[in-house]
Amino acid sequence: MAPILELRALRAFYGQSEVVHGIDVAVEEGGMTVLLGANGAGKTTTLRALCGMVRRDGQILFAGKELHRRSTEEIASLGVGHVPEGRGTFVGLTVEENLRLGGYTKQRQLPESVERMYGYFPILAQRRRQQAGALSGGEQQMLAIARALMMAPRLLVLDEPSFGLAPRVVESIFAIVERIRREEHVSVLLVEQNASLALELADHAYLIETGYVVASGSAKSLANDPQIRRSYLGY
Amino acid sequence: MHQFLQQIFSGLAAGSIYASLALALVMIYRATDLVNFAQGEMAMFSTYIAWTLVNAGLPFWLAFLITLAASFVGGMIIERVVIRPVENAPVLAAVVVTIGLLLIFNSVAGWIYSYTVQDFPSPFPDRPVFGALMTTRDLGVIGVTLLMLVLLFAFFRYTPIGLAMRAAAQNPASARLCGIRVGRMLAIGWGLAAMIGATAGVMVAPVLFLDPNMMGGVLIYAFAGALLGGITSPIGAVVGGLIVGVTENLVGTYLIASQLKLTVAFALIILVLVFRPNGLFGTAIVRRV
Repeated sequence: MAPILELRALRAFYGQSEVVHGIDVAVEEGGMTVLLGANGAGKTTTLRALCGMVRRDGQILFAGKELHRRSTEEIASLGVGHVPEGRGTFVGLTVEENLRLGGYTKQRQLPESVERMYGYFPILAQRRRQQAGALSGGEQQMLAIARALMMAPRLLVLDEPSFGLAPRVVESIFAIVERIRREEHVSVLLVEQNASLALELADHAYLIETGYVVASGSAKSLANDPQIRRSYLGY
Repeated sequence: MHQFLQQIFSGLAAGSIYASLALALVMIYRATDLVNFAQGEMAMFSTYIAWTLVNAGLPFWLAFLITLAASFVGGMIIERVVIRPVENAPVLAAVVVTIGLLLIFNSVAGWIYSYTVQDFPSPFPDRPVFGALMTTRDLGVIGVTLLMLVLLFAFFRYTPIGLAMRAAAQNPASARLCGIRVGRMLAIGWGLAAMIGATAGVMVAPVLFLDPNMMGGVLIYAFAGALLGGITSPIGAVVGGLIVGVTENLVGTYLIASQLKLTVAFALIILVLVFRPNGLFGTAIVRRV
């Protein structure tokens, strides 16, 4: 299948310092690709560069369009739903307002989309009038994912959705992501610390160290690589 | 007792004007973390636009509407041209810019219209109502301000752009990820604030008479109101403005010479900052980590 997203020789910067040094990453249409690596390897920065949140250089091709010169808000309206590190929910607004904001560029489908999200995440329906900041960590992560799906994205970008959550909550969130991926025909680019879980779900994986891709391939082959097993899977 | 009630009602009329300007200050503060010291002078300039139009023979309310539209556009232009370049500058730089704007508007108004005090027509007749407790003029001022406030709250609560503006003020990075053009939202915010200020200016001008320094005192009262309400709360700004108006009127009538009334505002500002920095309605965003 053709890739829906291709990063070519992508470099990214924080201020003057280059943090990502020319990496190539592809996400296949309908697939799930995971970026693995230690803290500070440049995974989050890669996602930020993709969405124009940091200075970047190189080529970003998404569904036949070039993204590398576009602004964050344009990239969002072209169909990239980004759930940032730290979830990025609007904590002072209600759950429903958060969802409506997610669908800001798709006003006409708003009521149906909100109901569809309540279908995937029934707990959010119960909490619809509460401030997002009052939700539990897992509920906030669900809200963040639902918010990103509201714009009917073709690519869902998830930055460590498991961060700070109990294993059982993580499992249920990934189960819903899997279901959504199939039902909404959305491709996923995932950054995850929990390597064993990520390699189980994803079909492609990239290992990033200090701003370079040091290994890549099918998730299965990386999961069987002895060195990766020792460094990242712990067995 | 009758005089006391009279003073309360005329305090509410003045307070509704402070409330409007305080709301304009709070809107800018929430969107850009910036206190716009030029808010009063922008309102004064808008009032001169209305004055020019009325003198040119336009009916009052038509002149008022044109003034609102012009102020909205003017506010957006100021954000684009003057504020955006200092968006990421240190706070002090931005504060200096708004003080610079204050001086520029004041001087330009003096240059164009001179510092001569002008009569400004009131759209409302001046008759006592409710057993002489209020005048129709006070009633009109309160009515117009209330109507504006209701429209504004409805705008922020029920329209997609209003929601997007709140989101952009609260979390610009996430707002961008939702496809919201944050820069445009800020510009609209400045436009709306200028419009609110224009309403305050036009409503207060018949009482204070129009000159380039007209809004100086009003801005101080508005500050006191905004701080009392907790600088981040729109409802707080309105309540705070009304409290300041009533307090100022009562104190000026019963306790001190009315020439010293502005002292009340300063005293209030200091008391709030010392004893209750979050004001009456300081933001209580519920947050669980």
